[in-house]
Amino acid sequence: MKKAFSVFIITVALIFIYAPIILLLIFSFTSSRTMGVWSGFSFELYQNLVSKEQIRKIIIDTLILALLSATVSTVLGTVGAIGIFYNKKWLGKFTKTSSQIPVINAEIVTAISLALVFAVVSLGKSYVALLIGHIVLLTPFVVLSVLPRLKQMDGSTYEASLDLGATPTQALFKVVLPQIFPGIVSGFLLAITLSLDDYMITTYLRPTGFETISTYVFKALSKPRNSFLPEMRALSSVLFVIMVVVAVVLSFKKTKEKNR
Amino acid sequence: MENEVKVKKGFSFTRAHLCFPYAIFLVFFVILPLILIVYYAFTSKSGRISFENFIWFFSSWASIKTLLISIGLSLLTTFICLLIAYPVAFILARMKSNKNVILLFLFIMPMWINFVLRAMAMKELLDLFGIITKYNYLSTVIGMVYDYLPFMVLPLFTTLSNLDKSYEEAASDLGANKVKVFTKITFPLSLAGVFSGITMVFLPCMTCYVISDTFGSGKVTIIGKFIEQWFGTGDNWHYGSVIAFILIVIMFISTLFTGGFSEDKNSRGTTL
Repeated sequence: MKKAFSVFIITVALIFIYAPIILLLIFSFTSSRTMGVWSGFSFELYQNLVSKEQIRKIIIDTLILALLSATVSTVLGTVGAIGIFYNKKWLGKFTKTSSQIPVINAEIVTAISLALVFAVVSLGKSYVALLIGHIVLLTPFVVLSVLPRLKQMDGSTYEASLDLGATPTQALFKVVLPQIFPGIVSGFLLAITLSLDDYMITTYLRPTGFETISTYVFKALSKPRNSFLPEMRALSSVLFVIMVVVAVVLSFKKTKEKNR
Repeated sequence: MENEVKVKKGFSFTRAHLCFPYAIFLVFFVILPLILIVYYAFTSKSGRISFENFIWFFSSWASIKTLLISIGLSLLTTFICLLIAYPVAFILARMKSNKNVILLFLFIMPMWINFVLRAMAMKELLDLFGIITKYNYLSTVIGMVYDYLPFMVLPLFTTLSNLDKSYEEAASDLGANKVKVFTKITFPLSLAGVFSGITMVFLPCMTCYVISDTFGSGKVTIIGKFIEQWFGTGDNWHYGSVIAFILIVIMFISTLFTGGFSEDKNSRGTTL
């Protein structure tokens, strides 16, 4: 009885989460532009993702922005996390505390506060502003995923390497960095998904005419006529499948590590 | 040569100095922007220090109504998320087999798919049933719950699965029934996860107008939309900043209540 109840709850919750996604998946394989209308099996929407210049540009722009901002954030956040971990004075505390602000603050507040700053220094809406905005948003999450690794690290290995003649820089690169590497990787991956996900920062800081998937889909949702909204069904399906593949690979790797 | 040695003596680079680049970055792009918001909130268009923006906000029924509606919608959404996520997280945390890793994954994965695309998916589904145009507020709440549910599941699962079960065993050994064990032991011990989940859902709900615009057919205005209107077409940064300032205050209050953001329970899924 109790077990049946558990199965029921889990099943209903999963249906709630996946029904919309599966619906999109199904209707991405038809050429019909109206949702819920099936006009025969076709790959047209998928072909359009590649062949239509406008969609291709949006996807590529989104990806480049995500890769650029995630890379910078990962470097800045990793260095920052090491600094926070070893700086026991006020500066370390200050950095750690203010790093949490973009995490708990409403994204729109972060976005408009940055827009105000960039307006003052007349950088206005530019790619640089957009990039910095994304870095502001992503870096705290990199810090949050690197810091626990630093705490788990065996501190004596660093001292040992110094005793054995390594310079502090060498010790940092050859001893500390390899130990926190998994945290850096997961921070980087998280940063990419956060940048891909972002709507608010992008809206307020992007240069005119620049669109990411988020801003484009939001615009298309309010004005669906003549938009590429149907193609976005195909795009969602592709992203979904990529997610599943990455997930399976990662969990496979993890179970392998555990079994070792 | 002499000079170089001197410099090295005066300032020796240590790992603690690695703080600097990020600290400077934070001062310019996090602290300074917030100060600017405060400045705009407390000055009039002519640049004088004044409270007129606050008076404007709190004397207009439209803005107070928007604030109340936002808080109401967010509370309702947060509550429904908790109502769904708690049993789910509880069941997953108590599963003995390895199945729960895959199941947890299924619940968390939507977090990593673009949230506007997810909103689109739910909207298309609701459109098929004709819910969107008829029931603006209902569909807005459904949309919000749909988008924020994973953020509630993860912290709850983390807390519940790390919970020390010996307390529960002790309680039931001492004669407490199952309901009592849950209300007196399990739930209080999982409060950290509950609070962490609430922080992840409540404020984004109030401010992210993407969902209310998508699901509310333009009839549901939340406080985030209000900011957008004053920064965009309204073109009054002082009014916009006042609303942002109020949101910052709400953020601080909720941080006080929930004890801040703990790094051990990173709610965006790096812990997986």
